[in-house]
Parts: sequence; C-alpha cells; structure tokens
Amino acid sequence: MWFRLAWKNLWRNKHRTSITTAAIFFAVILSIAASSLQDGVFDNFIKNMVSYYTGYIQIHQQGYWDHQVLDNGMLRNEQYETRIRGQKNITAMAPRIESYALASFKDLTKGCMVVGIHPEEENKITGLQKKVIAGDYFDHNGGNTVILSEGLAERFSLQVKDTIYLISQGYHGALAAGKYLIRGFVSFGSPELNDQLLFMPLKTAQEFYAAPDLVTSYVLGLKFDKTLESTVSNLRQISGDTYEVMSWKELLPDVDQHIKMDKGSMYIILGILYLLICFGIFGTMLMMMVERRYEVGMLVAIGMKKGILAMLFLTESIFTVIIGSVTGLLCSIPLVYYLKEHPIRIGGEMAETYKRFNFEPVFPASTDPSIFITQGLIVLGIGLVLSLYPVITVFKIDPVKAMKK
Amino acid sequence: MKTVIDAHNIKKIYNPETVPVVAVNNVHLHLERGEFTALVGPSGSGKTTLLNLIGGLDKPDNGSVIINGVDITRLSANKLIDFRLHNIGFVFQSFNLIPVLSARENVELIMQLQHVKKAEINVRVTSLFRQIGLEDKMDVRPAQLSGGQQQRIAVARALASRPQFILADEPTANLDTKSADNLLDIMAKLNKEENMTFIFSTHDQRVIERARRVVTLVDGQIHTDSSPVSVHADYPVTA
Repeated sequence: MWFRLAWKNLWRNKHRTSITTAAIFFAVILSIAASSLQDGVFDNFIKNMVSYYTGYIQIHQQGYWDHQVLDNGMLRNEQYETRIRGQKNITAMAPRIESYALASFKDLTKGCMVVGIHPEEENKITGLQKKVIAGDYFDHNGGNTVILSEGLAERFSLQVKDTIYLISQGYHGALAAGKYLIRGFVSFGSPELNDQLLFMPLKTAQEFYAAPDLVTSYVLGLKFDKTLESTVSNLRQISGDTYEVMSWKELLPDVDQHIKMDKGSMYIILGILYLLICFGIFGTMLMMMVERRYEVGMLVAIGMKKGILAMLFLTESIFTVIIGSVTGLLCSIPLVYYLKEHPIRIGGEMAETYKRFNFEPVFPASTDPSIFITQGLIVLGIGLVLSLYPVITVFKIDPVKAMKK
Repeated sequence: MKTVIDAHNIKKIYNPETVPVVAVNNVHLHLERGEFTALVGPSGSGKTTLLNLIGGLDKPDNGSVIINGVDITRLSANKLIDFRLHNIGFVFQSFNLIPVLSARENVELIMQLQHVKKAEINVRVTSLFRQIGLEDKMDVRPAQLSGGQQQRIAVARALASRPQFILADEPTANLDTKSADNLLDIMAKLNKEENMTFIFSTHDQRVIERARRVVTLVDGQIHTDSSPVSVHADYPVTA
C-alpha cells in the first residue's frame, strides 16, 4: 500500500515530478559526460606521453635520473630482466641506451637524441612501427641503420636511404662517431619528440657509444595502468638499492602537476553543477511540502504515525531520485561511448596550442565504469540527502497549525 | 449511559508570552455515548480549539480530557496519534480525501493503519459504502465526486476505524442544501442505529436544528448547554 501510495503521489503533480526527475537526469548525464571527457582527455594525454616515449615505468641505475650521462648507465642483467618480466602487470620490457649527439647532413648540423632500442620490445611499448611514415622499421638484425623523427628529417631535408653522420662523446669519454643509412622516418603527435629523436638498434648504439652491453634505462609497459602505484611498489622491492624505479608521474612531474591542477578546476565546475542540482531538487521538494502541508496535518490528525508518513515521503523522493539517476545513467552510456568512438576534434590555432603543450588536439571520452558508478552515486547521494527535508518537515509538523488555512 | 468524553476545567491560551489569547477558558464538558451534539458560537468563540483539545490534536494548558477512561493530556505525541487512530473519527470542513486514492482506498487506508486483516477490510468497506449510499462510487477518485459525496466518503473514513466518537469540524460548511441534508441524514441514522457519538462544530442552522444537544461557546466559555430551540432563542447563531 505504501509503495503504491508513494508511486501514485509521485504522479499527482506530473510537472513537479518531471522537473525534479529531469534535474537529476541531466545532472547525471552532465556530470558523467564532464568526468568522462576529463578522464578521457587526460588518459589520452598520458597515453600519448607515455606510449610515445617515456613508458609507464622506467628502471635506471640508482642516480641516473639526476645525472643523465652514459657513465651512469647499467650493464644488462639477464636474471634481473627475467624477474621483472615475470611480474603479472608487466607486458613488455624495452632496454634503451640514450644520449645526445650532433647529427650532420651536407652543410647542416643539429643536436639530436640518439635512442638505442630493442626493435621488438620497443614496439610493444611505444608502437614505434606504426609511427613509421616513410621507409621501414628495423628488422631483427637492424644493422647500421637509423630511423629519424619527422621534424628532424625535415630540418635536414633527408630522404630514405640518405646517409647521416653522428658525432658525440661515448662511454667514459670515448669519441663516438659514425655514419648511418636512413631506414625510415617516424612521426610523433608531440612536437618536442618529433623534432629531436633518432632511433638505432640497441647493439648499433652500444657500438657507437663504445659501451657494449650498457643500457641507460628499462622502459616498461603495463597491462593495467590503474595499478601503476602498486606495480611500482613491487618493482622497488625487487630492485633494492641498485636500481631506481620511477613511474611516469616522477618522470614527467610537470605533466602530473598539470593534470592535478586541471582536475582541481574540474572539481570546482562539478561542485557548481552539484550545487545547481541541489537547488533544483530542493526547490521542488520545498514546493511539494508547502502544497501538501494541510494533507500531512490531516493524516497525522486521523492517526497516521509520523514515522510512516516520513517513510512515505522518503519513498517518493527515492523513487524520483532513482528514476532520474538510473535513466540519466542509462542515457549517458551510449553518449559517452559515442564520444569515445567519435572524439571531439579541435582545429585551428587552438589545436596548435594543444600541440605545443604536447596534447593531441582531440577530446576522447573515457568509458571507465567507475566514472558512471561514482557520478551516479554522487547525484543519488545528493538526492537522498535532500530527501531528508520532507522527512524532517513531517517530524516537525503540528497538525493543528498545518490544517489552519 | 457510558461516558465517552469528560473534559474537565480545560483551558487553552495562545501566545501566552506575547499577546495572550484565551481560546478556551475553564470548560467542563461531559458527553455520553450516543450523543448528537453541536458546538456553536460566533467565529473566534473557541469551537475549533475545543474540538482540537477533545480530539487530542492540541494539548490544554490546564485541565484534563478523559476519553473512555484515558487522560489523553498525559499521553506522549506518538501514543496520542495511536489513540486518535483507534478511538476518534475526524470529519473536516474541506473533506480532505487523498486525491490520488480511490474512494475505497481512502476508506481502507485508516484500517490498514490499524493493521486490520484484508478480508475484514473488504467486509467493512462494503458495509460502510452501503451505509453512505455510494456503493457505485467505490473505485472513483475524489475529484470525480461532488462535494457532498466526498464528505460522505470522509464520514465513512471516520467510521472505518470504529471510533468511540466522531468529531466533525463544520462538516456542512462547503455543501449545498441538498448535500448537507443528505449528509445529516446519514449521520443521524448512524447515531440512531449504531449509537455512534457525534460532536459537530457548526454555524449551520440545519445542523443545530437536528442536534439533540447544543453547546454554545462565547469567548472560550460555555454560554449555554441545552436543546436547539432554546439556544436558537437565546443566542442568534450566524455564519
């Protein structure tokens, strides 16, 4: 009977119920869409940054990150590598040797970053092969060939199969010099990476720098990026003091800071949105209680206990909040999936600005189920807290005063 | 005769600390089972306040209200609600049926609050609708009924809990002559056949004429307590 009465009461003023339900419905959709876009943009940004080059986790010789010189590199340790690869969240482990060199072609010279890579392992983490826009990716052997980033190649006006000259300082002060056949070009979304990277097979780079078996970092790929912190913690336990294990947040602190700041401003926007929801719901509840004050007084007068009346009003409010939240949640799913499949793309100067800050100028949406659950629950919680207003009013009501017209 | 209501020396003052208004002043009222009593008096004489005190909706500042042997002024708010549910029927001036429920559901509601079994509810509802002559309107919502019909449903709702007595606050005030007469016929019949006790507050001369006892209030005090004819002669009742 009470459920039936609550349900019927819900529709006694269709406009009021519709307004309240619509307020909750749109609140859920807006908060989910905003959070999904925010998370999607940052996930994409992190993925770009991490997958293009940094990786989710890097392992170096202790102290390398503060003084990034070849002399702080580490000798490859097969036993250690096997242990790391055996961790359940690790999908790939790519050894690298990285250092700077001067690249020359004809009468032009430019600084570049030489990255010695294991072609197959590197490809698992950064998908480097997919970024090849001209020529070929390294085969198993690799040989004495290099792959240049697009911006660097344009600077030199290079073609595939041209030869580039490199000169640098090798391991322990040795002179490093060599000429290399250009195998292909790769393109990066990040202008910073696109203008300076030069890849060569690990063995070739080790020979170039006169550092056999030396690597400067292990770059790790993860199966689940949400478990980054626990994975880092595990690896630190395995690595002891010999190696330093760093997550992308430590490798790219500016990016992490930027994300935190941007998320902070998004919380303010969401807070304003929640406040609007509160006013919307509370306004209609206030209206409802004014309208039904006489009736509540009458029901108490004829013998309905206030507890039962409060339950009745609570049930009505819960019905409204649940209808709004669930329909909002259900409608937001296709919307968010659509935004994931067809991300918002921005163009013009804005896109250029984004590129300058290493952002891809696209706004994909994240379909992480926790967003739907969290936002749905927050709005549901707001609705339920506000539902206490009619309950409190019922408990405070004096039937004599309530029935005075 | 069994005493149903024994209000003793009751007093109610509104705004005692600012502008005190003595709504009911040292009233003694004793009602036996089966009485058909009208409380009359000009506006502001304290009729509704006295009904509220007798009905346990309000508490007196002084005195006691004993219903069926229970001093309701000593009951807690929750127990008072429960007492009202089982002992007092209310009929209000503006019907106050729940608009989203059918006529039958409005009457059933009070019995459901009393946890009466479903089978018994059905029997009592059918009987009540027969008594008020609205068997064909059981599944109709209040908005589809006339004012008179709604007030008859309100009477059925008041009777549904099998109360000790029914308090009716100006029950005919919003009704046309025919509907008012019809309602009074039903109430008089219930009073006669089932010995149901009725107390009305009213300005309506028709109610006063049909009451077997008329209590006149002036300035919160009982002015006269007698038959309608003598009241009519003694104190001119106007709306």
